[in-house]
Amino acid sequence: MTEKAVPLLEFRGVNTHYGAVHILKDVNLAIYPGELVCLLGGNASGKSTTLKTLLGMVTPTTGDVVLDGEIVTHQSTSYRVQRGVTMVPENRRLFKRLSVKENLELGAYLRSDRAGIANDMERIFELFPRVKERINQKSGTLSGGEQQMVAMGRALMSNPRVLLMDEPSMGLAPALVQANFELIQQIHSEGVAIFMVEQNANMALSIADRGWVLQTGKVVLDDDAEALLANPDLRASYLGEAD
Amino acid sequence: MTAISNDPSIYETPGINWRRQIRFGLIGALSTAFISLAGMPVGLDGRSIIQPVLSMGYLSLLWVPFVFASIAGSEVVLEGMAERQRSARDLWAGALVGLGSSGGVVLLMILIQNFDLRDPLVNWSPQLLELLSFDRSAAFGMVIWLVLGTFLGFLGGSMHVVPQKFRSATLTVCLSVFGVSVLETFLTDLLEGFGLEGLTDLVYYKRGGLEVLGAVAVAALALAVPLIAGPRVARVKTQVIEMPSEERRRVNLALLAVSAALLFVLPFFLGKITNELLANVGLFVLLALGLNIVVGLAGILDLGYVAFFAVGGYTTAVLTSPNSPGFSPELPWPVALIAVVILTGLVGLFIGAPVIRMRGDYLAIVTLGFGEIIRLLFLSDWLSGWFGGAQGITNIPGVNVGIATVKGTDPRSVFLLVLVFCGIAIYVSWRLENSRLGRAWMAIREDEDVAEAMGVNTTNTKLMAFVVGAVLASFSGAIFSAKVGSIFPTSFLMLVSIIILVVVIVGGMGNITGVIVGALVLIGVLGGPKQPGLLQEFSQFKLLIYGALLVWMMLKRPEGLVPNVRRTRELHQEEFLQDAWLKGEIDTDDQEGTA
Repeated sequence: MTEKAVPLLEFRGVNTHYGAVHILKDVNLAIYPGELVCLLGGNASGKSTTLKTLLGMVTPTTGDVVLDGEIVTHQSTSYRVQRGVTMVPENRRLFKRLSVKENLELGAYLRSDRAGIANDMERIFELFPRVKERINQKSGTLSGGEQQMVAMGRALMSNPRVLLMDEPSMGLAPALVQANFELIQQIHSEGVAIFMVEQNANMALSIADRGWVLQTGKVVLDDDAEALLANPDLRASYLGEAD
Repeated sequence: MTAISNDPSIYETPGINWRRQIRFGLIGALSTAFISLAGMPVGLDGRSIIQPVLSMGYLSLLWVPFVFASIAGSEVVLEGMAERQRSARDLWAGALVGLGSSGGVVLLMILIQNFDLRDPLVNWSPQLLELLSFDRSAAFGMVIWLVLGTFLGFLGGSMHVVPQKFRSATLTVCLSVFGVSVLETFLTDLLEGFGLEGLTDLVYYKRGGLEVLGAVAVAALALAVPLIAGPRVARVKTQVIEMPSEERRRVNLALLAVSAALLFVLPFFLGKITNELLANVGLFVLLALGLNIVVGLAGILDLGYVAFFAVGGYTTAVLTSPNSPGFSPELPWPVALIAVVILTGLVGLFIGAPVIRMRGDYLAIVTLGFGEIIRLLFLSDWLSGWFGGAQGITNIPGVNVGIATVKGTDPRSVFLLVLVFCGIAIYVSWRLENSRLGRAWMAIREDEDVAEAMGVNTTNTKLMAFVVGAVLASFSGAIFSAKVGSIFPTSFLMLVSIIILVVVIVGGMGNITGVIVGALVLIGVLGGPKQPGLLQEFSQFKLLIYGALLVWMMLKRPEGLVPNVRRTRELHQEEFLQDAWLKGEIDTDDQEGTA
């Protein structure tokens, strides 16, 4: 693993509570620029909370979230979005009654450089020609695959340095899942770091550089993707053993 | 190419769905019985549509067989499927629905004759029976109803058999005769303003309603005008559409300017009653435009919106009236307005701050509560030293604008003032809708969590919607206060909130034109919570009709009376794409290639 000096996004001993319930237990994560990493875990393992904490929708009780060397634990979501963190939400969740164009424009909500926005819009059309065809259509009327493209496009419109992806393969047909992972790799190849949260461990690890396994709020495994793929414990737990 | 056969013979052509016809007949029967027992035939009999042939009371029943038969006969035709060949049997199907609908009336007549249920049902009365018997014997009435219902159903069914041209002609004639009759007060007033009393005397009967000949003339005119002017209008329209966008913009602006100018000249040709009515409509347009921002754009279901109307009204009253019990600076209205805007904005913030953290149903209920709290505060003895409690505040002076004083006794000036503020509100709404803030509101309406993840500061943005809505409502309150000259807590019942909401929903949420049309139709024609509309006889059935309209809109046209132009275009594009796909014009396997 080629370690770069400063992690782009980092968890330092994060503990998160919902009321009295202890969700994340002393979690340490580090995402370096240009990396493709994944966080694996079953239901209720704390994956979504991790994402929400990274994005500032949940504040940790102890520990820090560090963005490019700056502690942002108590900063708002919009502050973090402005500094290059964006999420592609689970199940795409487009603004269904708004047009594809309006969705993309909302992705660039915090930007004011018109030229840059137009430029990024073109870049997205190049990446997803299908999105350009549907630009004035209501986004709720698109097919699942097209919606996924718009969701990624919307996130890219904020010109992120790291893209958080919540279950990108959720709710997609098997054929589309493969295509979707190819898209993720393509975005990654343009230099955007990707932090992916997935249940589909095999697929995720096959494209990721590194990965963590989260179990009831604790990081139980932290290794290279190949090593994780070969790990017998992981294989066992993803063959259906409940935890 | 995707091979989809367009050969109709491979699809089975279905016959008439008789079960559907029978169901509609039964629903028709229930409807006519319900309308009769709600008291509409008797209550509306005084208003005549065509003198002496048709009164609104009879019309409240007679539309049922016709409309239900025509609805029962309509079928969804899927693209690529063969349309069923219509035949004489469709007429009989319609007649069956009509017979069923009038059967409801006949059954009710028999029941009224034999049982007395007047105790629970107020309208179970001899008057109803008399009216339904056409002032003759009951047996005569029953026969007439059955024949009439069957005939109207037959006509309704025939709507799908005759060519499209006849169908639209029938619709035009019916709507224009009904419209001209309903708009009688307005039209007589307008024509009088132009010195054309002779024309109205010719068309309208002395005590209301169209003359038979007048109705015929209106119908003929309604048919002739589109025939003569139609092609020309269409030509101009295509000309405008084909213009370069810069030029088209100029044409649109010119049109807007001309219609605005006409609107400002209009009050001078209208009499007191009509000006008063339009001023009331304007007050509700202001309120509805404000609520449209809160509900239509930001998706915050505010059921206590009347609170801001009340705060605006009371603040104006306190600041301008010499009779204000506690604090009476007697400021001129324009100065008071500044204070009103600031204060209502602050109240918006104050109410909004705790409420805005809630979502959906919870938020709606809490706003409902706040709306009532504000009214009860104005009513309370505790604050009666400031607001006069149930006695309210009286002697509110009008608006002095130099040349004239805007006051309730001069509805024309009130209407002009309202127009100015409506203009401001429309401009503000329009600019906001297309702004960054407007987009953020729509994003929150669609999905609040994701909007937040995109970097939208949801709390502040929602509060902003609340405050902008509150300020627009306060304009309305300030004018209302000056117009009426006195203010009481009873003007700010929860019902007002509900009616404003209905105006927004029926007109079309998030759509400025829709909101204005909604206010014109609901407040102008049916009447507001206390303000009479053109159909004054309807006032006791107003809420019933509001409710029925709301249910129908939610089921059939959730986008409102005037759907958003942009949305319609998008929808059409989608339909077009679907049709093209079904006809095999788009190669689905290679869509990227066609781009």
